[in-house]
Amino acid sequence: MTSSLNLWLIPVLPLAGAAINGFLGKKSSRTAVTTVGLVFSGIAFAWALSVALRFSSVDLPYQEFVAHWIRSGAFSADFALYLDQLSLVMLLVVTGVGFLIHIYSVGYMWDDPGYYRFFAYLNLFMFFMLTLILANNYLVMFIGWEGVGLASYLLIGFWFTKDSAASAGKKAFIVNRIGDFGFLIALFLIIQHFGSLNFTQVIAQVQPISPETGSAGLLTAIGILLMMGACGKSAQIPLYVWLPDAMEGPTPVSALIHAATMVTAGVYMVARSHVIFERAPMALMVVAVIGTLTAFFAATIGIAQTDIKKVLAYSTVSQLGYMFMACGVGAFSAGIFHLMTHAFFKGLLFLAAGSVIHAVGGEQDMRKMGGLRSYVPWTFLTMGIATLAIAGIPPFAGFWSKDEILWQAYSSDHGSWVFWLIGIITAFITSFYMFRLLFMTFFGDYHGAQVDPHGQAHAAHGHDDHGHGEPHESPIVMLVPLMILAFLSVVGGLVGIGNRFEHFLAPVFGSGAVSEVAGETASRVTEYVFMGISVAVALLGLMLAHVLYVSKPYLPQRIADSLNGFYTAVLHKYYVDEFYAKLFVKPLIQGSTTILWQGVDRKIIDDTVNNAADGARHVSDEVRHMQSGNLRSYAGWIAAGSALVIAYMIWMGVR
Amino acid sequence: MVPLSYYLVLSGFLFACGVAGFLIKRNIITIFMSIELMLNGVNLSFVAFAAHWHVLAGQVFVFFVMVVAAAEAAVGLAIIIAVYRTRETLNVDQVNLLKL
Amino acid sequence: MVSVHLILFLAFGAVCVAGAVNLLAQTHPINSALSLIAVMAALAGEYLLLGAEFVAAVQVIVYAGAIMVLFVFTIMLLNAGVEERTKGSRVAVLFGIPGMLLGSILVGWVVLRHSGTEAVVAGALPGDPKVIGQLLFHEFLLPFEITSVLILIAIMGAVVLASKPATSPAGKVE
Repeated sequence: MTSSLNLWLIPVLPLAGAAINGFLGKKSSRTAVTTVGLVFSGIAFAWALSVALRFSSVDLPYQEFVAHWIRSGAFSADFALYLDQLSLVMLLVVTGVGFLIHIYSVGYMWDDPGYYRFFAYLNLFMFFMLTLILANNYLVMFIGWEGVGLASYLLIGFWFTKDSAASAGKKAFIVNRIGDFGFLIALFLIIQHFGSLNFTQVIAQVQPISPETGSAGLLTAIGILLMMGACGKSAQIPLYVWLPDAMEGPTPVSALIHAATMVTAGVYMVARSHVIFERAPMALMVVAVIGTLTAFFAATIGIAQTDIKKVLAYSTVSQLGYMFMACGVGAFSAGIFHLMTHAFFKGLLFLAAGSVIHAVGGEQDMRKMGGLRSYVPWTFLTMGIATLAIAGIPPFAGFWSKDEILWQAYSSDHGSWVFWLIGIITAFITSFYMFRLLFMTFFGDYHGAQVDPHGQAHAAHGHDDHGHGEPHESPIVMLVPLMILAFLSVVGGLVGIGNRFEHFLAPVFGSGAVSEVAGETASRVTEYVFMGISVAVALLGLMLAHVLYVSKPYLPQRIADSLNGFYTAVLHKYYVDEFYAKLFVKPLIQGSTTILWQGVDRKIIDDTVNNAADGARHVSDEVRHMQSGNLRSYAGWIAAGSALVIAYMIWMGVR
Repeated sequence: MVPLSYYLVLSGFLFACGVAGFLIKRNIITIFMSIELMLNGVNLSFVAFAAHWHVLAGQVFVFFVMVVAAAEAAVGLAIIIAVYRTRETLNVDQVNLLKL
Repeated sequence: MVSVHLILFLAFGAVCVAGAVNLLAQTHPINSALSLIAVMAALAGEYLLLGAEFVAAVQVIVYAGAIMVLFVFTIMLLNAGVEERTKGSRVAVLFGIPGMLLGSILVGWVVLRHSGTEAVVAGALPGDPKVIGQLLFHEFLLPFEITSVLILIAIMGAVVLASKPATSPAGKVE
């Protein structure tokens, strides 16, 4: 037995940081808050690294018991941690990227009055996310699941005095809740049929079950319900609507939570439950279909957006769709691979976007940017690397993972050329809109307002300005994380060469995860051909974006005008939010007002209480006549009453 | 031999007369006397049962009833006197200050 | 079978009944008081028939001799006159009398139906003072003592209640 890794330190340290900053931060100096925030998350990252270094000497899967929780009859769920290759990957990603974003936030949020609160919330988020990843049973995972939702709400609505931010926070939490409903039902089903929520026990019980044929069955139900939860947390159709609104939060939040970590919790959960999904082909199909559709759908919306963060938000939704597509065709390790590389380049994209926004003094509309290449060279460099990565151009990270997904989508047992085709088209669109973003922001002429000394254009940024006359580069504390992430975006994909990543995760996903090169050389050739097609498609997107936004910038407007109606629909995100409002929100509010408030609360509850009081008053009005002051009537009552009593007693005696 | 039931009927009749007087009469003192009549009726019942079941405790109880009746009569008549002093009447219908 | 016991019972019983009815019928309280005395005397006779000598003696001495005398004195002191007709109580007439009638009929019916014919032998259980005294001072000692306290309290209460109210201070101004 290996000695204890003391895994519990990894989640608890950020929690301690959150507590200290939360309670004491208001009165502390900026330096103190920074130190606490960075130290605790830094140590967590360091510990995770040390665990990784000791990884080969540990028995896997490694479980660590922390405390008793629920013991009820045959069912038990404890606070316990679980470590295997999958958790390790997630752990390193979360702590690493998280720590980098902490460093970045020091620079970004320096002038914000809520500085201490931000770090407290950020650390709190880390705690919950780590709990989610390291849990050894679904219930503790659910604690983390809900907790990251809470942290997300707090951070999205960080500038809560702004109506739109507060509403966005609420929207995120509520839409998440809808997904959680499905998740909970799935948990109930698991408890009922497998008697436990422990991963090892569930896996052991599910393993012998043969794959369900047809579309019915318990595992299919569980799978679909779990997917519902994932749709909420990871912003897939139909519950993706909260993610674009979540851009109201500060940019580091968008980077950490809505790009790198929280939204990937759904993917992690699906990967964790792969034994269930593998035995429920229908559920897998549902996952793949949802993922693919979402990827395509969100990409099309991204084309028309003008807010730099919104483009990135839809891009996130789209890339998450890729991950789910991977899981849906059984290629779980490919999905996790893309999760990792996506954390690098999407995190970088958001941080760089934050740097850009900081540079132009709070403006987020890309049409007011342009030509920033010369003003913010480092930001441009890192963002360029990230864009190349996301577009899938080798040898950057995104190419390896996205290509793996597309290949698996075609060749896996559960895959189909349809998925591949839609995936390829989406890749083209992705490349197009990402380069569109790059070109609009960094090339051409600067359209922005001159940033005057008192920072008029602060829009949603809420960020004090430095009073410079023109866009300026970010401080070094913000640039260093950018550079580290850029480095990772370059080399991060190389772990996938030769299926090394897959082999690393093989003990988790078993041999059923990936159809090991079935049919050796023939499929090899096909694989290379597909690789070539995806590269070509990515370059095509780049060229198209270049044409439209650099060489012939008058073209986009003409195209938009000619497509008119369709373009407006895309611009307005296909009116999905309005549709939801009309279908769900309005009837709910209406029903609540008429039925619940006026009907139940006023009529039934209030009236009952009032009528009870009135009734008591009326009864007492009648009864008070008994007290007439007339002695003889008193005597009469006494006599009558005693006669009754005597009669009753005689009757009882006679019986 | 007199059956027990005869005694009980007589006792019940006395009690009933006492209740009737309690309800019909208007003079406070007469009402009081009806109460005494009721007590007497009950006493008879006690003694009859004591003799029937050969339990002497019944007669002891009658003794106590009489003692209590005496105390009650004393206090009650004192109250009547006090009421008479203030209301100048012995008519029970005129003692109605408790009227709402 | 007619026996002396029965005849005596009926005789005393008749006096009881007549006295009780007369109590109700008379309008002047003194007449009612005297009827009540007659009832009590007859009851003393009944007690003797049942062998309760001590109780009969106490009945005559305490009840008829002391309590009723108290009543008569009060009637005399308060100069109670003939009852006047005043507005009665509907409740008393509507509920009380039927209730009482019902109760008594019920009692009578039950008693007569269920008691059977077990008879009470005259003097079967002698209630002589000695035996009663032993009971009083052994099993019933506590009630006895408490009753004596009760009488004391009653005396004090009666004295306080019936005493002349203190004259209100006239003050210096005449």
